[in-house]
Amino acid sequence: MRATARVYWRLLAAGFRRQSAYRLAALGGLVANLTFGLLKVAILFATVRAAGGELHGYDTASMSTYVWLSQGLLGSVNLNGRTDLALRVKDGQVAVDFLRPVDLQAATLATEAGMSLFALIPRGLPSVLLGALVVGMRLPSNPVFYLLGTVSLLLGIVISAATVYLVAVAGFWLVETRGLQILYMLASGFLGGLYVPLALFPGWLRAVAAATPFPSIMMDPIDVLSGLGGEAHAAGLVLAQLAWLAGVAAAGQALTRAGRRRLEVQGG
Amino acid sequence: MNSAVGSGAIIETDGLTREFRVRDGRRKRLLTAVDGLTVRVEPGEAVGYIGANGAGKSTTIKMLTGILVPTAGRVLTCGLRPVPDRRRLARQVGVVFGQRSQLWWDLPVRESLRILAAIHMLSRAEENDRTAELVEQLELGEFLSVPVRQLSLGQRMRAEIAAALLHSPRLVILDEPTIGLDVLSKQRLREFLIGERRRHGTTLLLTTHDMGDVERLCDRILVIDHGRLAYDGDLPGLSRTVGAQRVLVVDLAEPVPDLTGLDGATHLSSQAGGLRQRLAFDAEKTTAAKVLAAVSGQAEVLDLTVEEPDIEDVVRRIYAASR
Amino acid sequence: MAETAGRLERLRPYRAVLASRARSQRAYRANFAVDLVSSLLVGVVELAEVWVLFTNVTALGGMRFNQILLVFGLADLAFSLADLSFGHLDNLPDFLRAGTLDVFYLRPQPVLAQLITSDISLRRLARAAVGAAAMGAGLTTSGVTWSPHAAVLLVLGLVSGYATFAGMFVLAAGLQFFLLDGAEMTNAFVYGGRYAATQPASVWTRPLKLVFGFFFPMAFTAYLPAVAILGLPGPQWLPAWLGWCAPAAALWSWATGLLCWRWGLRHYQGGGG
Repeated sequence: MRATARVYWRLLAAGFRRQSAYRLAALGGLVANLTFGLLKVAILFATVRAAGGELHGYDTASMSTYVWLSQGLLGSVNLNGRTDLALRVKDGQVAVDFLRPVDLQAATLATEAGMSLFALIPRGLPSVLLGALVVGMRLPSNPVFYLLGTVSLLLGIVISAATVYLVAVAGFWLVETRGLQILYMLASGFLGGLYVPLALFPGWLRAVAAATPFPSIMMDPIDVLSGLGGEAHAAGLVLAQLAWLAGVAAAGQALTRAGRRRLEVQGG
Repeated sequence: MNSAVGSGAIIETDGLTREFRVRDGRRKRLLTAVDGLTVRVEPGEAVGYIGANGAGKSTTIKMLTGILVPTAGRVLTCGLRPVPDRRRLARQVGVVFGQRSQLWWDLPVRESLRILAAIHMLSRAEENDRTAELVEQLELGEFLSVPVRQLSLGQRMRAEIAAALLHSPRLVILDEPTIGLDVLSKQRLREFLIGERRRHGTTLLLTTHDMGDVERLCDRILVIDHGRLAYDGDLPGLSRTVGAQRVLVVDLAEPVPDLTGLDGATHLSSQAGGLRQRLAFDAEKTTAAKVLAAVSGQAEVLDLTVEEPDIEDVVRRIYAASR
Repeated sequence: MAETAGRLERLRPYRAVLASRARSQRAYRANFAVDLVSSLLVGVVELAEVWVLFTNVTALGGMRFNQILLVFGLADLAFSLADLSFGHLDNLPDFLRAGTLDVFYLRPQPVLAQLITSDISLRRLARAAVGAAAMGAGLTTSGVTWSPHAAVLLVLGLVSGYATFAGMFVLAAGLQFFLLDGAEMTNAFVYGGRYAATQPASVWTRPLKLVFGFFFPMAFTAYLPAVAILGLPGPQWLPAWLGWCAPAAALWSWATGLLCWRWGLRHYQGGGG
């Protein structure tokens, strides 16, 4: 009995120790996240105030909500374009992945989404909580927004994984996907609304953004969660996200098949 | 106290000790990696520094080269204090870390050597002469213009040694130089080191798990165990201390319990649940054939090899003998 | 003469590594072109993020867009050049994990000097060009009255800004010896610092002024020199004349950086790393 208890205690302690390495990493990320958040708050609050206290539906309280939700999402959506899969495609190890009896795209998205969800605990929630505590923010009172918001958040995470998947599988045709990866990083951050909410963009640039899946990764979940624009608007955003997910997932599936054929013809 | 200082030894340590604070769960524990090491190596010696993994070899090398500060004791390398005189010492010592490359991964070997020549401020003539010598002796010519990342392990190790020896150091420290190399590459490398020592009177200190390195290269052996010096002497002396140990490895048809009760042989280890067992025997008292016969009485033997004792076994024996 | 030759000779190790790094980057032309374009786009997008705000308002923190261009340009030019020559210090955690820092100990130069000159990222020149263009546009369109004073301020601001950012990279590297897995924390003042430097410091709250105005002296890299050049009054706690003190900020940045680096190296040699 005592020996068994000791084994479990050891396992527990080992798990705790292993986790503490991640805790340090999470703490580091959190400090950086908060600092950027405070700087975003400073410049965006100044913008709202310069516009007379209200700008495209944002006051300082809802701007704060935008800032801290976006900072919180940062650790869970992929805005840098880097993936393990891209490396595996480049060095040819993906051929081994194709031998497994699972769909490459589905398996990759599931793994990425799992990691993203986990990142909400040490990175996402503390960012939002600390931001709310230090700066204050407004949250909707209607529970519908939380329900729709959760769905929208999950969709954002999966769309992010599915879009960055496209960058990775482009490696079947391109020798070097680094340029594409950086392009993804810049476009997803800027057009996804990481630094400035899309509502503040001039009309033509908003139209450009709307033609890409990037707003549905970050901006839409934030809009739904913060309840800006009402219930119908929020539901519309979620539907649009579903459409984008179907689109990028289908593109990924098609590219995977074509890439696999190419690999089989060329022999790796 | 200071009488020994500057008396011409290449390595001189006195009670050299290094402790580490390691985290063990929530408690902090003090680990003594090197424990009161007192050693003196004269110019031109070739010393094998052997011990099990974690015995304190790397920690010693790091203290000798000024990477780590000793917790206690004194150390002089080439007559210099390694930490405060690190930069002067770097001109007189060459180190080959088996696992840590000193070469530039994406550059051709030739360019790495050129940069290192600049780093060590060699004159054009010194650089050309020494590079030519090393290229010839280590047979680098065939891959001088190949980027390091494309080299085979054997080629890379030769290039690493050239990089560490380019500035003609008085003391060369080699950390596992032959690990992972094939028999031919090992042989070439050992011959080069013997020649280098003969030509330049270079002092060699090498850590290794390969008894062949020790037999071919070293005229003195230091065995370190749990941070303490367990043996200091020559190879025949080590063999006498340890006994003329040989090891019989048997592959059995079926897994059997550890073969512990055999006459004239001691069980060292088992693998694959007892399918492969290693048995040590004293070559002066019994023969491999007799041990094999004893094993056959207990299990069916499919295959066998006789090997020289490895470092781990030697250290274990010394440890057992000193109790 | 002999003294100059001696000094040049002493720089030979560093020159050899840097020349080789620069050569190898340009050797793969296609890759280098992609890197240059990417780096240029990074600068452009960062500028666009500022510009978007000004499509909604005419002034932020008391500055019009063409005045902000000067702040942004100064900050990004100085940061890009510091990133070009010091940015690879960010790789220190990899060296620590792999144990390859030890290799630097085996060479007869100071470890920090070797690390700094171990690489150079020429691609950052493209981003520096965006900064330079923004700075030029800011200077020409915001009606700066040219005087020796303004010229001295500009040069002083740029050189000090470069040194300040470089000091931040050294400070971050020194902290890596202790942070280990928490390496990302230094992003707060290195890359967060760059972001802060491009902002008009007048929009900051008091704690931010304390942190990025003085402790990590980001306001001194661009905002304060710009305010002094433009003849604007500075906000509370950050008067315009502080623009002349940019070199002091650079000294402070290097003092904290070198102190931290020494601590870090000691910690490493003490075996804590």
